[in-house]
Amino acid sequence: MSDEGNKGLLSPFRRKLLMGMAAVPAMTMLPRGAFAQAPATSAVNTTGLAVTDTEVTVGILHSATGTMAISETGSIQAEKLAIEQINAAGGVLGRKIKFIQEDGASDWPTFAEKAKKLLVNDKVAAIMGCWTSASRKAVLPVVEQYNGMLYYPTFYEGLEQSKNVIYTGQEATQQILAGLNWIAKEKGAKSFFFIGSDYIWPRTSNKIARKHVENVLKGKVVGEEYYALGSTQFNSVINKIKLTKPDVIFTDVVGGSNVAFYKQLKAAGIDLSKQALLTISVTEDEIDGIGGENIAGAYACMKYFQSLDNANNKAFASAFKKMWGEKTVIGDVTQAAYLGPWLWKLTVEKAGSFDVDKIATASTGVEFKGAPEGYVRIHENHHLWSKTRVGRAKLDGQFELIYETADLVEPDPFPKGYQ
Amino acid sequence: MFGDYSLGDLGSIFVMQGFAGLILFSVYVLMALGLAIIFGQMGVINMAHGEFMILGAYVTWMTSNLFQAYLPGLFAGYFFLAMILAFVASGALGMLVEWALIRHLYKRPLDTLLATWGLSLMLQQAYRSVFGAREVGVELPQWMLGSLRVTDSIEVPINGVFVMCLTVLITIAVAYVLYMSRWGRQVRAVVQNRIMAGAVGINTEKVDRYTFGLGCGIAGVAGSAFTMIGSTGPTSGQLYIVDTFLVVVFGGAASLLGTIASAFSISQTQSTLEFFMSGSMAKVLTLLAVVGILMLRPQGLFALKVRK
Repeated sequence: MSDEGNKGLLSPFRRKLLMGMAAVPAMTMLPRGAFAQAPATSAVNTTGLAVTDTEVTVGILHSATGTMAISETGSIQAEKLAIEQINAAGGVLGRKIKFIQEDGASDWPTFAEKAKKLLVNDKVAAIMGCWTSASRKAVLPVVEQYNGMLYYPTFYEGLEQSKNVIYTGQEATQQILAGLNWIAKEKGAKSFFFIGSDYIWPRTSNKIARKHVENVLKGKVVGEEYYALGSTQFNSVINKIKLTKPDVIFTDVVGGSNVAFYKQLKAAGIDLSKQALLTISVTEDEIDGIGGENIAGAYACMKYFQSLDNANNKAFASAFKKMWGEKTVIGDVTQAAYLGPWLWKLTVEKAGSFDVDKIATASTGVEFKGAPEGYVRIHENHHLWSKTRVGRAKLDGQFELIYETADLVEPDPFPKGYQ
Repeated sequence: MFGDYSLGDLGSIFVMQGFAGLILFSVYVLMALGLAIIFGQMGVINMAHGEFMILGAYVTWMTSNLFQAYLPGLFAGYFFLAMILAFVASGALGMLVEWALIRHLYKRPLDTLLATWGLSLMLQQAYRSVFGAREVGVELPQWMLGSLRVTDSIEVPINGVFVMCLTVLITIAVAYVLYMSRWGRQVRAVVQNRIMAGAVGINTEKVDRYTFGLGCGIAGVAGSAFTMIGSTGPTSGQLYIVDTFLVVVFGGAASLLGTIASAFSISQTQSTLEFFMSGSMAKVLTLLAVVGILMLRPQGLFALKVRK
């Protein structure tokens, strides 16, 4: 959700210190495997990437420390799982994937620095990484300058497209529009109250949502409120919600504020089984902190829920739990992060080469049938075609699937009429 | 904006908004008290205050898990025990920190800022290693959830009332300890003149240690109480630290009354403004007002002499 964390609260001084504390990179060497009939390295790697006859190196770049570690841990886990599974299935073009993990330490300049290190020193063939929009914006010029390939997992505000990035999460319209349509139709909702954290993702998302409510659904936005990142007091806005009595509360509050918001909503006597609430910022990961009893009944608009009932997802969930523990939950972004290594492998095999330019071109139309969310395909704008789903939060912290779009929704990072 | 509403609606909203302001006030006082004691009485700038609060929150979380596993029958009352344990745990850690770190820095008050800041980073990483990077959900007993229905349209959150009562109790206790008890007299004597206090036989080192421990212990209780309204994660303490310092500095260091007055004015301004404009604008205006007043009164609302 492109959470910029508690950045607003940290002084530059403190961030400097955090930067210095960036953890020592953990390098994991996988045993060399002997694979027969792999194509010659000189043929599949013409630009000097870290590809040998038996191995190919990729980078993982997330925050393992700092305020964003809460969110990014799941992505790291999913990417490692995918890499392990790909290796077990024979690797990529007969080569095992070796990964180098770098820590962005929740600090955007560190992300840029580490991305440069991965591309220039380690010559990685691809980077799986970034989480917040701020970190992606910091890394983008680096991957473009050194011609790297970034697989970015988070649902985000859109308004971006690059030859060097594959966006495996949803852009804003994919996440929002179908959910609003559904709730307008299902609940006859006419009036909406927006509340979000104050930074680019909620503001852009709400702008899109407002245009859609006013122009397409012919409804009314009765309130639009933003709270600074890290705010823990929502009693005033909850009073405003009580006063305006909206049909739907539409929220994109993130981070620790999220927890405070739902606890106070419940304490104020707002019963989510009667008052419809649609959120685009709560996944299973967040419910862990919020507590199922505080949010049960709320609707979330995502593309993936851990409870999805299909064979791919069952296999994925059980492999994930086997690797990372029974109690781990899997949220929307974690699943999107899992797609990264797989999409890269499929693209490399389609292109028959590790060269970034060839991968960038070959990406269009790459399909992944084994995705836990179901079938996905890369659009020529480097975002994914995927379904939009609405789930209802249950007491146990899982979502019950209520609705999904019949077809894949086309990604539209620069939506006309919504800007 | 009020055109469409009946008088009754408006009346009840004003009542509830008044409560929202009072709850915010109690939250501010509770989180600032511990810091006010440490900063005010000892001149130590404790940047790790938020992490001491979160230790209290984690203790509450563990207590809740223990009760669920072993004493489900007594779950309704676990919160009181949890608050005591939080006080003890944070207080003990505070005393340890004072002994290992702070006492070497009394002559260099600005260095305590850096040292406690480092401590806050270490504690955050420690929480992350021990409890995991994800936030934990603290389960509350049923009676603490929901709201009291006063009339049809006036509802008061129970956890807010709980925090209010707790704040009143702790404030009275702290005021008693500092201004009535023998130990409080010693603390104030050390604040005014360390050398003379030592000369008349006060064990100043011990006074320092207990003062720091008390401040941290209260932070722990605050953290425990805030599991009802906020998040519990390794970095959650950061959410409170800025507001806490704001309240303490605005109130004037070393003054309990100042802390309370400043918490009251900041919370009322903010909650009133929040109602009429968006949350972040309200915050901006509140901060501007605070900056303006501090320019006119750099020593804060109420100032006493502090140890230099």
